[in-house]
Amino acid sequence: MTTQPAQAPPAIELRGVRKDFRSPGGEIYTALRDVDLTVRVGEFCAVVGPTGCGKSTTLTLVAGMERPTEGSVRVAGQEVSGITSGAGFMFQTDAILPWKNVLDNVAAGPRYRGVAKRTAHSNARDWIRRVGLAGFEDRYPHQLSGGMRKRVALAQNLINEPRILLMDEPFSALDVQTRALMSNELLGLWDQTHPAVVFVTHDLEEAIALADKVVVMTAGPGGTVKAEFPIGLPRPRVVQEIRFEPEFVDLYHRIWETLRAEVDIAYSRTRARAA
Amino acid sequence: MTSTTVPATSGEVRRSGAFHLHAVRRRLLVHGVQAAVLVAVLGFWQLYVGADSRKIILYGVPSGIVARLKEWVTVGTAVGSLGDQIKVTIEEAILGFLIGTVLGIVFGLALGRVRFLADVFGPFIKVLNSIPRIVLGSVFVLAFGLGLESKVMLVIVLVFFGVFFNAFQGAREVDRNLIANARILGASRWQVTRQVVLPSAFTWIVASLHVAFGFALIGAIVGEFIGGLQGLGVLIKTAQGTFDANGVWAAMVIMGAVALAAEWLITRLEKRLLRWRPPQLSGPDL
Repeated sequence: MTTQPAQAPPAIELRGVRKDFRSPGGEIYTALRDVDLTVRVGEFCAVVGPTGCGKSTTLTLVAGMERPTEGSVRVAGQEVSGITSGAGFMFQTDAILPWKNVLDNVAAGPRYRGVAKRTAHSNARDWIRRVGLAGFEDRYPHQLSGGMRKRVALAQNLINEPRILLMDEPFSALDVQTRALMSNELLGLWDQTHPAVVFVTHDLEEAIALADKVVVMTAGPGGTVKAEFPIGLPRPRVVQEIRFEPEFVDLYHRIWETLRAEVDIAYSRTRARAA
Repeated sequence: MTSTTVPATSGEVRRSGAFHLHAVRRRLLVHGVQAAVLVAVLGFWQLYVGADSRKIILYGVPSGIVARLKEWVTVGTAVGSLGDQIKVTIEEAILGFLIGTVLGIVFGLALGRVRFLADVFGPFIKVLNSIPRIVLGSVFVLAFGLGLESKVMLVIVLVFFGVFFNAFQGAREVDRNLIANARILGASRWQVTRQVVLPSAFTWIVASLHVAFGFALIGAIVGEFIGGLQGLGVLIKTAQGTFDANGVWAAMVIMGAVALAAEWLITRLEKRLLRWRPPQLSGPDL
């Protein structure tokens, strides 16, 4: 926990945010309402909630891909307008360019920003090594496994040294072992540059193991923040082992109590719609 | 140790040998049937038509076509040497194909990327596409004369739309996440167009090139047909005018060879540009 001067703005701040989407039929769908959320500089914040509660929408607002209908979204004190600079985004599905090899994919960010090819490539090689892909520089994405593609995406984002890193269920498509491995790697890499992280997930265990703070959202439509739980587990953590700690189990029970009610609501709404 | 590995290896070898033999046999079978089909069709044609001298004038006959080709190569055609005719037509087709393709890609991507442009120009393009464009050949001959320009214009008009619609669709179908990711990594809108949308749309664009080159040849020949002094189209027109069915067929054989050569080049270009794609699945038909 780093103490900051009182005037330093938080990394991310959402105040009274509401987001409506208009369906092609003209109906208005409210994805989020009254969302207040603060993520401190360098804080790892996990967001959990039932399907359709607006977790991903929150990320797109912070990234600047969407504008809030009401309320304000600030990154480092600046109101978001246009694509947020200094942000990284990891998508649930692959978003690395399939026609570029690993080296060019990782070097893409610096190249877009006008860094000379030689510098960008040597920097990229360094990040490829850090995510454990040394020797795979010349491979194309389709030649890599799902976990390796996630590593490429991670390196591609971290090479820009983002102040905030937004992650939308990045590891949900991976098998259980690979997932735990990637979570560990993520913590190790996060330790090197310490961006503020918003990590959206369905998996409460993953959330607690990774985060400084777990935010539980209510069932959608019109999801909002229900509760926040600080996670005081000591770092560095080993994701595969931390779940056996009594403190972890205790936290899990407390947060699950809160989350379960929302999951039940979401489930009954889905069933009502299906019926 | 060796006693266990040796049988295993020989087993591997034997299996792959059998596999190889199977592949060779299959290829022989395919080529054999192809040759049989060709011989049957040409043989029937030769025997049925060739027996009646009046039918030969109306329909042409394989032996006559070969003789006509030989004559064109050794003596020359009614409108000049055969090489010149082929060169003129290919020149028109390729020039128009290149210009039409570039215009199609540029307009397709621009309209696919900028909604405002699509809203403004969409209706115009739909109207232009719905008219039978081959008729424009007459307009171009009147406006640009009997030379190269009128044919190139006709080819451009024919090639443009196919490439345009594919480029437009390709630009629309780009994975939204790829664009969002590039934007967040720091790409400008222009960089996204060049480095994300264009390569992604290439799959669509290249697919349209095969058809587009066919249209380019049609445009060049029809243009010559409508009004020209040289080229394969003129050759066909002359042959038709002198009741020389064999000459018409012979010109078509040459066009077919040109089209096949172009197809081969485009396929090579496709392989080069789309090298990053995973190899196509091969296996039994499902």
